[in-house]
Amino acid sequence: MAILVTPQTRILVQGITGSFGAKHAQLSLDYGTQLVAGVTPGKGGQFFEHNGHKVPVFDTVEEAARETGATVSAVFVPPPFAADAILECADAGLALVVAITEGIPINDMIRVKHKMRGSSTRLIGPNCPGLVTPGEGEHSHGGCRIGIAPGYIHKKGNVGVVSRSGTLTYEAVFQLTSRGYGQSTCVGIGGDPVNGTSHLDVLKMFNEDPETEAIIMIGEIGGTAEEEAAAWAGAHCKKPIAGFIAGTTAPPGRRMGHAGAIVSGGQGTAAGKIAALEAAGIAIADTPSVMAETLLRKWGKL
Amino acid sequence: MNIHEYQARELFHKFGVASPGGKSASTPEEAEQIAAQLGVTQIVVKAQIHAGGRGKGVFKNGFKGGVHLCHTPAEVRHLAEQMLGQVLVTNQTGPEGRLVSKLLVAEAVDISRELYFALLFDRAISAPMIIASTEGGMDIEAVAEHTPEKIIRVPVDPLLGLQPYQTRKIAAALGLRGSLMTQATKLFTALYKTYTETDCTLVEVNPLVVTPDNRLLALDAKFNFDDNALYRQPAVVAMRDKAEEDPREVAASEFNLNYIGLDGNIACLVNGAGLAMATMDIIQHFGGKPANFLDVGGGATKEQVSAAFKIILGDKSVQGILVNIFGGIMDCDVIAHGIVDAARETGLSLPLVVRLEGNNVEAGKRTLANSSISLQSATTMAEGAQKIVAAVHAA
Repeated sequence: MAILVTPQTRILVQGITGSFGAKHAQLSLDYGTQLVAGVTPGKGGQFFEHNGHKVPVFDTVEEAARETGATVSAVFVPPPFAADAILECADAGLALVVAITEGIPINDMIRVKHKMRGSSTRLIGPNCPGLVTPGEGEHSHGGCRIGIAPGYIHKKGNVGVVSRSGTLTYEAVFQLTSRGYGQSTCVGIGGDPVNGTSHLDVLKMFNEDPETEAIIMIGEIGGTAEEEAAAWAGAHCKKPIAGFIAGTTAPPGRRMGHAGAIVSGGQGTAAGKIAALEAAGIAIADTPSVMAETLLRKWGKL
Repeated sequence: MNIHEYQARELFHKFGVASPGGKSASTPEEAEQIAAQLGVTQIVVKAQIHAGGRGKGVFKNGFKGGVHLCHTPAEVRHLAEQMLGQVLVTNQTGPEGRLVSKLLVAEAVDISRELYFALLFDRAISAPMIIASTEGGMDIEAVAEHTPEKIIRVPVDPLLGLQPYQTRKIAAALGLRGSLMTQATKLFTALYKTYTETDCTLVEVNPLVVTPDNRLLALDAKFNFDDNALYRQPAVVAMRDKAEEDPREVAASEFNLNYIGLDGNIACLVNGAGLAMATMDIIQHFGGKPANFLDVGGGATKEQVSAAFKIILGDKSVQGILVNIFGGIMDCDVIAHGIVDAARETGLSLPLVVRLEGNNVEAGKRTLANSSISLQSATTMAEGAQKIVAAVHAA
């Protein structure tokens, strides 16, 4: 089943005519994803063409969803317009909005988060690589790729991956695939301090998903989301989990690239998170090189 | 981004937050003039640098103290002559100190009570939070730890904004009654406006004071701004003082690179923030000390890689470099060419280990192997970290 999206999920891209959105829309089409619509205000009626695909562009998300049956949006619009683009998806009643955009102001995101409380639309991100449910073809072709992850490194299988970091997710996926273990769904929840979907939300979904048998959870310094997820997993998760936390060597008070990666007032340290994960029975990878290996040991495959 | 105290006062004046009169001066004449205009009998003169510990600091010319109290414009001028253009060393500046090019000349008020008031972005509730206390002028984290009952917390609904009843609730808890309660509502509302309209993540007023003549004034303040919102805050950006920042970080920001200097000797150059942090960690795991955090981003260009090398090599304590690239979408061969060019341009003689993985990696490895640059290749992060640690130890 996978979580959140399947290879049949129909997606739209907001900002499909911008260079960043266009490039990744092309890669998703090449991957075999059901990318059925684009949205760029003022360009409704045009088409986004690539390798024989002819994707209609709409002025609004509501029109795109109504005309094409898209239920999920990937947001590639620049930061000043991104909060509005996310709220437009909630208003249109989409099931899921995945905000790739990096650099959205905190004040914009807190309003979005409070406005979306109780909404049936789920937000993933922002500042995230998106998500991938691998397909059955060669190099996982035919899967659902939303966002900016390299599709070809995936393989259809039974490991769920959730992470705040894009490149660390790719690292984990690559290790798994190289060892012959595929993934059910890989979810990048993003590096911002205000995001829509947490580690905990995703762990709960993996726990309920019959196709997911084991989980890799990747966190980093800042906030307490990993600790909350670990506390729940220790009591409720039936599946083996391996974890990695980045930022052991990060100096306090400094923002390490991601807006949310900061240790402040002694909160959010790597050591505290690692201790919380270990206390919950999650196997810790000592280095990012052994994320897959750590999971396979915990899972009894090695 | 941080700002100077005089700039915080300017923001207060702009948004109507009551605070003592005062202005910044760049020359002794200007300082004297401002003091004369203030028309008060107690004046404070404060050196404007970002580091704390100014009061107990010592100037390199031997003059003691970065903060002084005095009474006449002539005294202000005399103090300014000894402070401006001089280097102030405090317990937070390091031995090199900071050049003082501006002074804050302000009314020094008598204080009958010192309070604490802060507005900050609270990640746990994804909303602004007000933290207030009757224990002003102290280290608030110590107050929170030892006497948590003296800390008042009031979350603000970001869709509604700060409501007047909330300001009265805080005022009452701080013992601000009568006309002080009216002043508090006005001051807290103005602070909230400052916070939201300039995209702050923190405005900390410590102390917030009550004077013997019953005035409520914001005395000293610390501001943090949301970097993501700077594009719409030109007035805030104009307050940036690059002289107060690490020159390597300033250079990096000009190339859109995320660089943070650390005190180790193994530099790293990585794509992606999470991977960059993890690369620092793995260097330490295998017995080395990382010299920096450096994220060249997901779509790094040859020019950025080249600039990144120059910044890394500008740090004289660097004795080796680890490049760690997981090129998911970006072409590893393009990165390989960037590395080779940068190494040539900079005449690199330090040990260099390159770990490349991902898209078109075979071509990238060939490019590295066929270049005349002396480097070691690695396939995994662990191998890369072990090789650079060994190379630096052997050197």
